[in-house]
Amino acid sequence: MSSTTHTSTIGAIGAPSRRNTELALLVFAVAIPCFAYANVGLAMTGEMPTGMLGYGLGLGLLAAVGHLVVRKFAPYADPLLLPLATLLNGLGLVVIWRLDQSQRLQQRAENLFGSFSPDAPKQLMFSAVGIALFVAVLILLKDHRILQRYTYISMAVALVLLILPMFFPAVNGAKIWISLGPFSIQPGEFAKIIIAIFFSGYLMVKRDALALASRRFMGIYLPRGRDLGPIITIWAMSLLILVFETDLGTSLLFFGMFVVMLYVATERTSWIVFGLLMSAVGAVGVATFESHVQQRVDAWLHPFSDTVMQQSDQVAQSLMAFGSGGVLGTGLGQGNSDLIGFAANSDFILATFGEELGLAGMMAFLLIYGLIVERGVRTALAARDPFGKLLAVGLSGAFAIQVFVVCGGVMGLIPLTGMTLPFVAQGGSSVIANWALIAILIRISDTARRPAPAPAPNPDAEMTQVVRP
Amino acid sequence: MNKPVRRIAIFCGLLVLALLLRDNWLQYVSADELRTHEKNRRVLIERYAQERGDIIVDGKPVTGSERTTGSDFAYKRTYKNGEMWSPVTGFASQSFGATQIESLEDEILTGNDDRLFFRRTLDMITGKKQGGGNVVTTLNADAQRAAFQGLGSKKGAVAAIDPSTGAILALASTPSYDPSKFAGNGKADSEAWQRLEKNPDKPTLNRALRETYPPGSTFKVVTAAAALEHGLYDDPDEKTESPLPWTMPDTQTELKNEGDIPCRNATLRDALRVSCNTVFGKIGSDLGKDKMLETSQKFGFNKEQFIPVRSSASIFPKDMDKPQTALSSIGQFETATTPLQMAMVASAVANDGTLMEPYMIDQLQAPNLDVIEKHDPKVMSEPLSKPNAQKLQEMMETVVQQGTGTAAQLPNATVGGKTGTAQHGVDNSEKPYAWFISYAKNPSGGAPVAVAVVVEDSDADRGDISGGGLAAPIAKNVMKAVIDSEK
Repeated sequence: MSSTTHTSTIGAIGAPSRRNTELALLVFAVAIPCFAYANVGLAMTGEMPTGMLGYGLGLGLLAAVGHLVVRKFAPYADPLLLPLATLLNGLGLVVIWRLDQSQRLQQRAENLFGSFSPDAPKQLMFSAVGIALFVAVLILLKDHRILQRYTYISMAVALVLLILPMFFPAVNGAKIWISLGPFSIQPGEFAKIIIAIFFSGYLMVKRDALALASRRFMGIYLPRGRDLGPIITIWAMSLLILVFETDLGTSLLFFGMFVVMLYVATERTSWIVFGLLMSAVGAVGVATFESHVQQRVDAWLHPFSDTVMQQSDQVAQSLMAFGSGGVLGTGLGQGNSDLIGFAANSDFILATFGEELGLAGMMAFLLIYGLIVERGVRTALAARDPFGKLLAVGLSGAFAIQVFVVCGGVMGLIPLTGMTLPFVAQGGSSVIANWALIAILIRISDTARRPAPAPAPNPDAEMTQVVRP
Repeated sequence: MNKPVRRIAIFCGLLVLALLLRDNWLQYVSADELRTHEKNRRVLIERYAQERGDIIVDGKPVTGSERTTGSDFAYKRTYKNGEMWSPVTGFASQSFGATQIESLEDEILTGNDDRLFFRRTLDMITGKKQGGGNVVTTLNADAQRAAFQGLGSKKGAVAAIDPSTGAILALASTPSYDPSKFAGNGKADSEAWQRLEKNPDKPTLNRALRETYPPGSTFKVVTAAAALEHGLYDDPDEKTESPLPWTMPDTQTELKNEGDIPCRNATLRDALRVSCNTVFGKIGSDLGKDKMLETSQKFGFNKEQFIPVRSSASIFPKDMDKPQTALSSIGQFETATTPLQMAMVASAVANDGTLMEPYMIDQLQAPNLDVIEKHDPKVMSEPLSKPNAQKLQEMMETVVQQGTGTAAQLPNATVGGKTGTAQHGVDNSEKPYAWFISYAKNPSGGAPVAVAVVVEDSDADRGDISGGGLAAPIAKNVMKAVIDSEK
């Protein structure tokens, strides 16, 4: 009797779905950007911004749609991912809107292009498209393992996406764009997800060969020569991207993601050693003949030198923005981060956060990213299938590397790369692709946390009960 | 597969940690350095974001602020009677930086000083706009006007000090410039600046503090002080051992006097009155360079002064042979001094031998006029004892009563002074500098003012009288202005 009760208890109650926690968090994730929006308006013009209602409703609507779809189609999903992403997206919109109000940037746009058009409405539209993709992924992708079927198709698509920008003209020194009529797309952002699917599928099949067939040498396992094939191929690919598209960030991101996933799949530390060696060799090698990379390194080492500042004072301006913010920041709308000029609301948007929210705000901000990554890795831990584990850890790892590379570049920790800060930086591709990334993580976490189907009633127990009296 | 996933989690944590550490480095450890970096435009934006505090003379501001548009600067600096006051205030220009008080006390003037932190925070909470504090100077408007007008279209400088405190009463330099002309960032401002930069007369040079001139005979006051202080002679009326003509030691060169003046074995008093090169040259040579150096350094030579604006170091050479020592002791050879330094010499004598540290900022005020810092007069050194100082005063007073400095006499005060004419250029080919240093004493005792005047390239004769003729009247008017304003 007691054993039956026990089994049925698990089945009846199950893991809490945590959807109400998510809803409560979402309220904050919408309210905080609304306050920030009001704050910017009051600081800059002394009155509540006129777009306040539309903006608050827009963000609230997007969050509500996201939440309802999760509630319906992924009821056991991780409760933090959606609110955190909404918060970042909302704050990003506020800061883009704040930079739209900047006299200096408006003047700059008029001088350069003849007219100024605000970016915030576009960004709100992109966010809506992002949520739409998020919804589509959750509705259409009933189980993440379906993606496994598309392993090699993913490879082909990813290759095309990565190679395409080579045939389009460089924008601001980097060939990472493809332009279709009025739209320009940064395919690297989408390739990030698609290539993670390919790596997961591929490594799941090959992991045993890569892990077991090896020789021991000086305490580490050396892979066989033919097993080195894949890592060398990816390495070569990243170097080609670096050389032909002059895109340090994407190159680093793909190689880093591959090494992370290879390590998780094989549990062999030797892959990490190999990966580090190869990236060091590749980076130094390319830096010796690529003037574009050399410039970036120069700007990183001597941001205030006259020669660097003549070319571009962005890094110096960014560092001064951070320094001028100090511990508490100037307050939203009251800084001068728009002195950065070019890319102030995209690649360098973090500097505005730094100056206006200060060290305190920045720490919170970086921790939000840390939390997203942590929830992603936790999803990987909880996932029951190796494909899901690999995909989740690959996507979270890529997210972490991207955040590190962008923030590190803007803060002068590492050389600057042309990547966008997920959810925050102005730009459609980034925000849309990252909503899809979150959707996949939510899908995996839903599968992972969903209670196992109730076991069939134990026929033996029934029997004994029948027989006993 | 969970073990490597956990390790990847740690790796991602380390990436975020690295970002957090870097952020702390940027926004905490090196925040101040970046905030005040010379290439950080925010420094300028802040400087002009609100009405700048004022620089105050005699209770009235000599500066102002006006609203501007068309750039990221909200306000622009204005100056009242800028040409007269620019040697005191310096300038604050949106395009060309800031100097002197405008630069040194920038934090107070913009209201960003740390000592205003509490007030600023309070203002922030109550929603009041940040205001700038004021800098109250020690200057005397009448004395400054007398100095500036006295110099007129001539090139020169005046420094006047209150001997008992070291407070600077006048600091004029001509030709001067009006800092209002280039305070903004427009085209007219640039042109005005370019004109100043190209002007061969260097109007932006503060001659009272930053130009060193050969002091000529005015330096004999320092040599006389050294003679008394080192016991070479005790009594101003005692005959000195001074042959005429006098050949400088180790040479065949005779040191010449200006004209046929009674210098053979002249007393110190007479030697100073008629300005004998032979007597003072021999005193310097008899004392030797070490004793001369000691006394001159006690007067402040060979050291920069900060009042708090920097003043160049006046020079009394350290490496000299005997004839060079003799020449240096009459203010020739490499001896060179700022007008401020010579005013300090006069003020030390007038203040019975005690030299006070010169200063020109009396108070720093918060925006609501609360005093946040007040200067306390400080003793800098004691170049000569009180009895010796009084002997020297008598001698200098004789110069004004019966000697080369009669043009500086004042009806209601006792004036002591010394003239000087410094030759310069190759073979003295260029026009000489006319010098006059003096002090005025009230009949009731106490000397309210000591002054040094130098006039460049005046149409002076090469005679010693020129210091008395050109510079002394200016000094007289400055002293008169100070004494009148005391009443």
